[in-house]
Amino acid sequence: METRNLICIGCPLGCPVTVTMDGDDINVTGNTCPRGADYAKKEVLSPTRIVTSSIRVKDGAIARVSVKTKSDIPKSKIFEVMKEIQAVQVDAPVALGQVLIKDCAGTGVEIIATKTVERV
Amino acid sequence: MRQHDIVIIGGGPAGLSAAAAARKAGVQDILILERDGVLGGILNQCIHNGFGLHTFKEELTGPEYASRYIDMVEEEKIPYKLNTIVVDVNKNREVTYINKEEGLVTIQAGAVILAMGCRERPRGALNTPGYRPAGIYSAGTAQRLMNIEGYCVGKEVVILGSGDIGLIMARRMTLEGAKVKVVAELMPYSGGLKRNIVQCLDDYGIPLKLSHTIINIEGKERLTGITLAEVDANRNPIPGTEEHYSCDALLLSVGLIPENELSKGAGVSMNRITSGPNVDDCLETEVEGIYACGNVLHVHDLVDFVSQEAALAGENAAAYVKEGQNRKKSHKVALAAENGVRYTVPQVLNVDTMKDTVTVRFRVADVYKDRYIAVYYDDKLISRKKKVLAPGEMEQVVLKKSSFEGYPEIKQIKICTEVE
Amino acid sequence: MSGLQYDVTIIGGGVTGAAVARELSRYQLKTCVVERAEDVCSGTSKANSAIIHAGYDAAQGSIKAKMNVEGNRIMGELSKDLDFAFRRNGSLVLCFSEDDRPALNALYERGVANGVPDLKIISGDEVRAMEPNVTDEVVAALFAPTGGIVCPFGLTIALAENACDNGVEFYFLTEVTNIARIDGGYKLSIKGKEDITTRFVVNAAGVYADVFHNMVCEDKITIIPRKGDYCLLDQEAGKHVDKTIFQLPGKYGKGVLVSPTIHGNLLIGPTATDIEDKEGTYTTAGELAEVTQKSARGVKNIPYRQVITSFSGLRAHESHDEFIIGESAEGFYDAAGIESPGLSSAPAIGVYLAEMIADKAQAKKKENFIATRKGIPHVSAMSREERAALIKERPDYGTIVCRCENVSEGEIVDSIRRTLGARSLDGIKRRVRQGMGRCQAGFCTPRTMEILSREAGIPMEEICKNQPGSEMITGEA
Repeated sequence: METRNLICIGCPLGCPVTVTMDGDDINVTGNTCPRGADYAKKEVLSPTRIVTSSIRVKDGAIARVSVKTKSDIPKSKIFEVMKEIQAVQVDAPVALGQVLIKDCAGTGVEIIATKTVERV
Repeated sequence: MRQHDIVIIGGGPAGLSAAAAARKAGVQDILILERDGVLGGILNQCIHNGFGLHTFKEELTGPEYASRYIDMVEEEKIPYKLNTIVVDVNKNREVTYINKEEGLVTIQAGAVILAMGCRERPRGALNTPGYRPAGIYSAGTAQRLMNIEGYCVGKEVVILGSGDIGLIMARRMTLEGAKVKVVAELMPYSGGLKRNIVQCLDDYGIPLKLSHTIINIEGKERLTGITLAEVDANRNPIPGTEEHYSCDALLLSVGLIPENELSKGAGVSMNRITSGPNVDDCLETEVEGIYACGNVLHVHDLVDFVSQEAALAGENAAAYVKEGQNRKKSHKVALAAENGVRYTVPQVLNVDTMKDTVTVRFRVADVYKDRYIAVYYDDKLISRKKKVLAPGEMEQVVLKKSSFEGYPEIKQIKICTEVE
Repeated sequence: MSGLQYDVTIIGGGVTGAAVARELSRYQLKTCVVERAEDVCSGTSKANSAIIHAGYDAAQGSIKAKMNVEGNRIMGELSKDLDFAFRRNGSLVLCFSEDDRPALNALYERGVANGVPDLKIISGDEVRAMEPNVTDEVVAALFAPTGGIVCPFGLTIALAENACDNGVEFYFLTEVTNIARIDGGYKLSIKGKEDITTRFVVNAAGVYADVFHNMVCEDKITIIPRKGDYCLLDQEAGKHVDKTIFQLPGKYGKGVLVSPTIHGNLLIGPTATDIEDKEGTYTTAGELAEVTQKSARGVKNIPYRQVITSFSGLRAHESHDEFIIGESAEGFYDAAGIESPGLSSAPAIGVYLAEMIADKAQAKKKENFIATRKGIPHVSAMSREERAALIKERPDYGTIVCRCENVSEGEIVDSIRRTLGARSLDGIKRRVRQGMGRCQAGFCTPRTMEILSREAGIPMEEICKNQPGSEMITGEA
């Protein structure tokens, strides 16, 4: 049996949670909401993260449009995802929610704009 | 003089939420004055996620969260002026602003909502010895340069202070290829949220050194390095603990200061601990018709609470312009923050006019593992709840109007921490 | 002869060099200033007490005393002619003990002998009536109503701009590496650039004045960098005292001054530590603590919570404690050892040296000398009507960039576009106070960088805090 103490990053409360693993049997305590249990299980089995960054915009009102992975991606893929994000430039205008990269770094996850950038 | 029912100073999360709430409460004539070229305030550069879980039940990035409120303001056609800076507010609620198009203009406001936010504590305020080279940034300035303008401020980075912006920037700069060598925190605990330590530092193997500070800054033109030292219980560097780090950037995340220059000009009384105005349960300052909310009132960790608080200010300002002030003769009860509770917001409660519930927010002075948060009405214990407490995380208790029924003569509400 | 040719070459664009340049520009002389940094006012002139001393400190009969009293006398008119901020707020020298009375009286006598007007010794109670925050320990003080405060950047930049408007050429990022005597003058070797040949040299090189002096003159001098740390407090603390408060040197040493600045901050310092490094403008924890501790003796309740920055400056201390001003070798004029009261004395030194050189060169005065200069409009200090009119004419005066000091985009643009315009962030800061306030440029740095990039055609990557090597960013993200 293995025990791990984690801080849930599901929301800013940051609950201290304890995960006990006995084979396939995973038990989570200390969480205040179901999201905490989900997070803890995922974190011990296959941790994932949302990645946020920014992408160069050509002819935009600002130089960068903020972006995020539409859903969480494996933690081990963070830097590969970043590499693709850094290689891209998009043309203004960009709309909030617009898909800027379809399948980022083979994760199957889209990179979407998190703000609108007008064209100038 | 032009008149408006409600003038809101600041178009960040607080100002936008206040505006939306005031409109919902039936006030048509609202004007938001925003100094930047866009609405949304600091959220525009907070491109990380983690916003909105309370308000929208989903996890948004800063710009996405801001856009929800900007959309409300746009849909409601609430007027706003961009690139417009307020230079003066007086106790008669005359607001003077300046912009390119109109020059210097004074308007008369029925009610004023202060929502100017806060600024970062600069290096100078720390009196850190050494040179004054380029490469020293407050974390938020570096964040703006990186996330809006697209520039990196350094390749080898040291961060002083473990406030949330510093933690977020540690991760951000790491993702952009910089080497973040260490985050040093003067206090024995972090000033940021626990989740940010996990996902911004631990995820990337960035060490957090508590009870450490910078004792020397090197580099005549551009920063070349710093010396870190451990501090004792009195926060004095301990000789022999010095460690040198070479770096070309130093980010400071050493505290936020509410921007209350305008509030002081209006004669609003200020709270020494929060550095914000003293307010009652309506978030009205001691100057009639002037309300405050968001980080100008006290520094928040979560924008969701800023939005909630600001909505309350918006509703109350709306009630004030529609019905006038009726709390003058109200039974006012002072809130006292004691024994580990540093302050409360609000500082005063109008017991007979209060809403059914009033949320009192506060911070504690230290990390407490086995303490209770206790509420007393005069000497009578009303509630006690055990909680893990840390200065970096804002706490709250909710006071019910009904709970005051047995206390017609109440003089003071005390909120404090208690050991067993 | 090859290279650039001048009648007079001034080494150093600090307040002394700028003052000499301005006064020389009255004459029909081809004059240039060579400055190692990217801007004028980049050495000792930028980091000092910003005080115009009344003139009681220096020994009777010394050139220091003469220049100080004369500099003080002409400062008022000069500030009007050249439009820089100056105020005679008066100064007090505090005496803490009856035992020190003789020293206070001696200071008074010296001041009178030096020609300082209106000096008065006042009682401790009179001091406290004037300055309620002066401590009870004070038994008496020397009051000098002619003491003043100035913007040292404003003074230096005004002198330099006026000199430039009158034909003096300025070379920045220009470092003199050698001075060789040649027939009819000197040849100055410049690092990485063309030589300069010149009939006359003015050595106004601050802490480096000994280096240049010793290249030319037989009698060697030594300039010791005397480091002084200061704390600058928020404008909210600026009214803590009205006058400049000195401490009478006594058994506890020299003490530090507490003074309002011309822009309403509170300035406290300096310490005095002799060092070897002529570039050693670092603060130390010990000296900053010394500032706090010493200031408390004379002035109580200084709100040190409101420190917005601390800094260090180097005074060019000459071992004989005297200014070295005059022709030290044939055609080689020194303005060396210009430590305190150098800022106060600069205008007088300028007149003195310019006359001496013009006399030697038998130069005539220009007929078209422009005696006045108008500064950048200080928009936030204007009346409503003036401000409104100005914004109508130039809308960028209506966009506030630096919110702490209320500095508009128009003022920043002016600071870049005008004569000897700023080419660095510090250059802008010294001209219009952008970033000088309580947030210390936290909010306005990105915007100011953009304006500088746009107006001066400098790529963002090359925008510097001050000199090359102080780039603000390391590249695109």
